[in-house]
Amino acid sequence: MTADPFRITLRRRYRSERIFFLTLRLAVLLIGLVMLAIFGYIFANGYRAISWEFLTTPPSDSMTKGGIMPAIVGTFYLTVGAVAFALPIGVACAVYLTEYARQGTFVRLLRIGINCLAGVPSVVFGLFGLGFFVVFLKFGSSILSGALTLGALILPTIITAAEEAIKAVPQTFREASLALGVSKWRTVSRIVLPTALPGILTGSILGIGRAAGETAPIMFTAAAFFTARLPSSIFDEVMALPYHVYVLATAGTAIEETRPLQYGTVLVLAALVAGINLFAVLIRGYMRRGKRW
Amino acid sequence: MKRQAIERIIHGLLAAVAFTAVAILAMIVLFLFREGLPVFREVSVWGFLFGHEWYPTYDPPSYGIWPLIVASVAVTTLSCLIAVPFGILFAVYVAEAAPPAVKGVLKAVMELLAGLPSVVLGFFGMVVIAPLLQETFDLPTGLNIANASLILSIMAVPTIASISEDALYAVPREFKEASYALGATRYETIVRVVIPAALSGISAAVILGMSRAIGETMVVLMVAGGAAALPTSIFDPARPMTASIAAEMGEAPYKSGHYHALFATGIVLFFLTLAFNLVADYISHRFKEVGSATL
Repeated sequence: MTADPFRITLRRRYRSERIFFLTLRLAVLLIGLVMLAIFGYIFANGYRAISWEFLTTPPSDSMTKGGIMPAIVGTFYLTVGAVAFALPIGVACAVYLTEYARQGTFVRLLRIGINCLAGVPSVVFGLFGLGFFVVFLKFGSSILSGALTLGALILPTIITAAEEAIKAVPQTFREASLALGVSKWRTVSRIVLPTALPGILTGSILGIGRAAGETAPIMFTAAAFFTARLPSSIFDEVMALPYHVYVLATAGTAIEETRPLQYGTVLVLAALVAGINLFAVLIRGYMRRGKRW
Repeated sequence: MKRQAIERIIHGLLAAVAFTAVAILAMIVLFLFREGLPVFREVSVWGFLFGHEWYPTYDPPSYGIWPLIVASVAVTTLSCLIAVPFGILFAVYVAEAAPPAVKGVLKAVMELLAGLPSVVLGFFGMVVIAPLLQETFDLPTGLNIANASLILSIMAVPTIASISEDALYAVPREFKEASYALGATRYETIVRVVIPAALSGISAAVILGMSRAIGETMVVLMVAGGAAALPTSIFDPARPMTASIAAEMGEAPYKSGHYHALFATGIVLFFLTLAFNLVADYISHRFKEVGSATL
């Protein structure tokens, strides 16, 4: 007796189903392993280099010894500057797009502009910063130039996040406020923005994480190979963590001997950025759970 | 009356500030051209794009960026060959197969990977992948196209995965239900119904991933090897456009031919990524399934 052809195809179909799901799991597992390998390797090699002294002293002996304090401080200034520039503009832009703008050519132009800006490579932002802030506006290679360049880079991130947060505010909130005779601007500034604040904060924290890790935009606009003192004004050059990693790994006087310093700096940078991003992800998760409308 | 006037002023102010994003984009184009175009006094557009010799510091200098373009394209293509299958498989798993608890963890993992600074990945490529490649394949250097592609693919996976995942979620439930009702297995439903329905979004994800890879700087600067010659194998060192700009801008004298040539390379890079982004945008809007009503 010959086997039922329907049963054979069914068996074959279930076999391809099993193979497919196995492939999916294997792919995800491999990605997880690669990620664990990267973080594990950085941590295993980096934690020995980290000490209180490493975090609080400047480099010494032409950057073969000492710590990374000026780079930490520099990254802090650049990041804070970038957010101080991008946050107000980004939020205003999001408010305009969600609350005020009517569909039309101007809004389409804005949307295309924001999308394109989000896709510009970071090194092109560096060129722009060099041509515009450093040379044309004569800010020189400085905290100001670097922060403005990074601010331009994170602007699309902040606009998108703020827009989503504002859209998530229930329409009934606005209607209740308007029904009480409150003007539109007061409704936006007293009702909509405070309600959307946690979401906007998440967006800006993600922006901070992005700005802190970028190297190419600050290479020609702010980053110094080495500075012994901390910056005293916004027109000073600064050291920055990502650039310091690059310099130590590729242009140092003794690349092999300074490996521990490199591992330490990489760990500080990776932990800083991962910590910032994790913080944002956690806040977002917490907010989604805690929402009662 | 006064209140209306204030409202109108606020509306105008917000519109003006919102215009900043477009203004910045315009300024980027303006300053790239202002600093980049003067190089075409020394070399023709054709000679710049397709010239085989990039010797910007020689006397007389030679500004042909063809080897840099080829390096960029090679590294990007190779990295996408690795990243596209993994990115899509990851997205399919998260959207269609993962238990809810695992899903949350995986999304957080992807976000951490996406946020990892490129200089950290570049460093990983230098100290781990390079010696590995060098010993395994007995090469003169482990800093080459293969290494850069491998590291870039790690960076491209999160982009491709997260956008593909959104596209998969957007497929209407009814499609899947109809497929199951006809007796299709989950595998058949995913491969024959869900993925084809999400194909426009997935294509957009792939193109955006490529655009990121082409524009990525630190990884290729640190691990691609830096040789400005036409590569003949994936184990040759190469110098993509972004690496060339980042490595040489510090040494190029202000307003020299070299300086202008690097800005002109920036123009090429800008329009290349712009084209990628516009195509991705067009695909995802043009072929979007709005719901069951469109069928």
